[in-house]
Amino acid sequence: MNVLEARSICKRFGNVQANENISFTLEKGTVRAFLGENGAGKTTLMNILYGLQQADSGEILRDGKITRIPSPKHAIDLGIGMVHQHFMLVPAFTVAENIILGQRHATGFRLKDSDIYPMVDAFLKRHGIMVDPRRKVAHLPVGIQQKVEIVKALFHGAEILILDEPTAVLTPQETTELFRIIRDLQAAGKSVIFISHKLNEVLRISDTITVLRNGRVVGDFATAGSTEESLCEAMIGRKTFSIPKVNLKIGQPVLELRNLSVCSDIEGQTACNSIDLKVHAGEIVGVAGVDGNGQTELVESLAGLRRVEGGSILVNGKEITNLSPRKALLAGLAHVPEDRQAMGLVMDFSLLENCMLRSHQESPIAKNGFMNKQVMVGICEKMIADYRIKSDGYMKPVSSLSGGNQQKVILARELYMDPAAYVIMKPTRGLDVGAIENVHGILLEEKKRGKAILLFSSELEEIFALSDRVAVMFGGTITGLVWPDTPIEVIGALMTGSRTGIFEAVRE
Amino acid sequence: MLARLYRAVARTMLVPILAVISALLAGSLIILFAGFNPLVAYAALIDGAFGSFYSISETVLRSIPFIIIGLGVVISFRAKMFNIGGEGQFYAGAIIAAWLGVSLGGLPMLLLIPLILLLSFVGGGVCGFLPGYLRARFGASEIVTTVMMNTIVLQFVSYLVTGPMQEPRRFFPESQEIADTAKLPVIFQGTRLHAGLVLALLLVIVCYIFLFKTVKGYQLRVVGSNSTAANFAGINVRRNIIHAMVLSGGMAGIAGGLEVLGITWKLFQRLSPGYGYSAIAVALLARKHPAGVILTGLLFGSFATGANMMQRSESIPSVLVNVLQAFIIFFIVAYGPFEDYIYGRLGLSDSLKKGEPA
Repeated sequence: MNVLEARSICKRFGNVQANENISFTLEKGTVRAFLGENGAGKTTLMNILYGLQQADSGEILRDGKITRIPSPKHAIDLGIGMVHQHFMLVPAFTVAENIILGQRHATGFRLKDSDIYPMVDAFLKRHGIMVDPRRKVAHLPVGIQQKVEIVKALFHGAEILILDEPTAVLTPQETTELFRIIRDLQAAGKSVIFISHKLNEVLRISDTITVLRNGRVVGDFATAGSTEESLCEAMIGRKTFSIPKVNLKIGQPVLELRNLSVCSDIEGQTACNSIDLKVHAGEIVGVAGVDGNGQTELVESLAGLRRVEGGSILVNGKEITNLSPRKALLAGLAHVPEDRQAMGLVMDFSLLENCMLRSHQESPIAKNGFMNKQVMVGICEKMIADYRIKSDGYMKPVSSLSGGNQQKVILARELYMDPAAYVIMKPTRGLDVGAIENVHGILLEEKKRGKAILLFSSELEEIFALSDRVAVMFGGTITGLVWPDTPIEVIGALMTGSRTGIFEAVRE
Repeated sequence: MLARLYRAVARTMLVPILAVISALLAGSLIILFAGFNPLVAYAALIDGAFGSFYSISETVLRSIPFIIIGLGVVISFRAKMFNIGGEGQFYAGAIIAAWLGVSLGGLPMLLLIPLILLLSFVGGGVCGFLPGYLRARFGASEIVTTVMMNTIVLQFVSYLVTGPMQEPRRFFPESQEIADTAKLPVIFQGTRLHAGLVLALLLVIVCYIFLFKTVKGYQLRVVGSNSTAANFAGINVRRNIIHAMVLSGGMAGIAGGLEVLGITWKLFQRLSPGYGYSAIAVALLARKHPAGVILTGLLFGSFATGANMMQRSESIPSVLVNVLQAFIIFFIVAYGPFEDYIYGRLGLSDSLKKGEPA
């Protein structure tokens, strides 16, 4: 029996189609995993199911009946509980106080310790979860806090539990414990939606798998019979790009990473270990890998935004390790960030002011501390003409531009600085086909001009179409450096870490 | 072109005007409850602020601190820093003016006054620097630290005027009157309106140029609008946070210096009737624009002058204007979320504006 079913869910944010015709079913007592890269539409879909956002169209069925979920309150009443990636607990409260929060019908108006602790204790025992209800949440390790979240949802009467990237914050031991709890819940007839981009975990815990890409369902699999490689392929996609291959004489190494180690956000851990890579003049090196394997941290360290723990970064033989972002740019390394609206643009500023973001303190724009408007307008108009940025004039806010034109603004202002090398992260994320072609055209033009380009993308096909060589990242290391005609199976194996050490494309 | 300019100006001024009208309406209810006739009260308020040449001059005089501190708050708001410390920074400038106005009295006026105002700026700047540094270095909320700085500086003032800086006869809790060479010249005979007005208007222009024409001002605004993008673009976010707070505090310091050099000639407790706090409303109502601060500063100046008249002629308590100020902030904030809707209904919206992802 389907406890939950979604039919043709669509959701659009401005120019971005976050969910397009998404349908799935969830059977009682099963675990369905949603797999996809960051930005594939998983979180939007869950927010719709939990009533945090409303679908533009489509239907949600609970126990076969069409329902509307206008708010989380309705979701809870329908027996849908959600454990967010970032916990929603009150740190100063005890475990029991957090669990009964907002459940007045269970506790009555007056809270008495002698009532709530035995009640919560009994509830925990019934579900086989060992947590001391009198401990303050602030003092608990993350894994236990997550258990409290799960118990809270169950206490609210959840029959369907949505877990949003639950293992992202957990140690391997805690993950195993979480999976044990999920199995117990399943045995007790609860159903679970499990969101992740970690292939091995999805294969371990789920019964069925929905793979999302660019807001669409690209595959619905039974877990039995799926492999990491097949899922990986579905997740990253095989969109075909028709790009005229430009074969140039490859020049000297321009960007060099030597034995590079980068720290992660979690204290005492490294995100990247001993990375060696050279990008030559006139070469595009693509970096393939599932999100969260150290790519973001690597890019940030190159751009001067994150501390390098060990090793060095060189541009044209000059060391730029741990320079500030501005100095790294002036030394010849440009950076196109992953999220153009959050990291690249100032959305309420004009197109003109956004075009100057990288060069505003350099001559000739800046002179004696003043910004020369005439020079700025001249440069901006040239950018608009050269890269065919479509706008209603340079004084319009950059938020009025389409995603593709916003990306062109970011590329244009990096190009203006005439760097020797580029580090580019997901330059075509969320763009339509025409805009993608434009962006690719700009990159290939730069390659022709002898620039070195290090391209990170979650679209495998984009990497294959553009790159001269492909580096594959897994677990913070480069597991292989291969030619782009390498079979997809080999790449998939490198991306999942089941094969390592294939370095056939080293240039010397 | 003209139509576009009209739309832009209308868009910026609409919500502040609505907020003021709403505040006056809501305030009239309070006056009714207090047992007075709102029309009489407002008439007395307007008459007190604009009824004669002298009252107009007083209104302009009283608006000077609102304008200058308001400019400082605009600078900090542009960098998304909530400087609630205008009061303490104002007193810091006043302390320096009262001190140097006495001890450096031998210097010629043309040297002395600029020197004192410069050092008042430094004094206020130091009071802005500390919260700015604590925010940049440790992430301490500047809202809390600036308010705490206010208390520290106010306590210090009360120590000074009853201790080391008390007037020679040791009778009143106030400092000795500053030297004549330090007193700001009056620019209209028969009024108290002093040369500080010229400086205030000059600072409006300087502030505008700074925010919109200089590299530093651009960086402050980028940091305020999207600090992540600022960081990615190579702008030092922490340094800009500190600079914004120093400049913001420095402006309040100048206002404090002007108050002593131009009006009171001495330092005492309750020198400021809450200028530092009202300046937040001034900046908000001005929509964080230096030019708007002139208008909103004048509005608050007229409240201050008119309230006295209202109390004297109609015995309506002057604290009523504090209620009005509070209502103005309330309505400015309350109307914020409906702005786009209001523009849409009035046909003022930017036709290109599209939805953005959540």
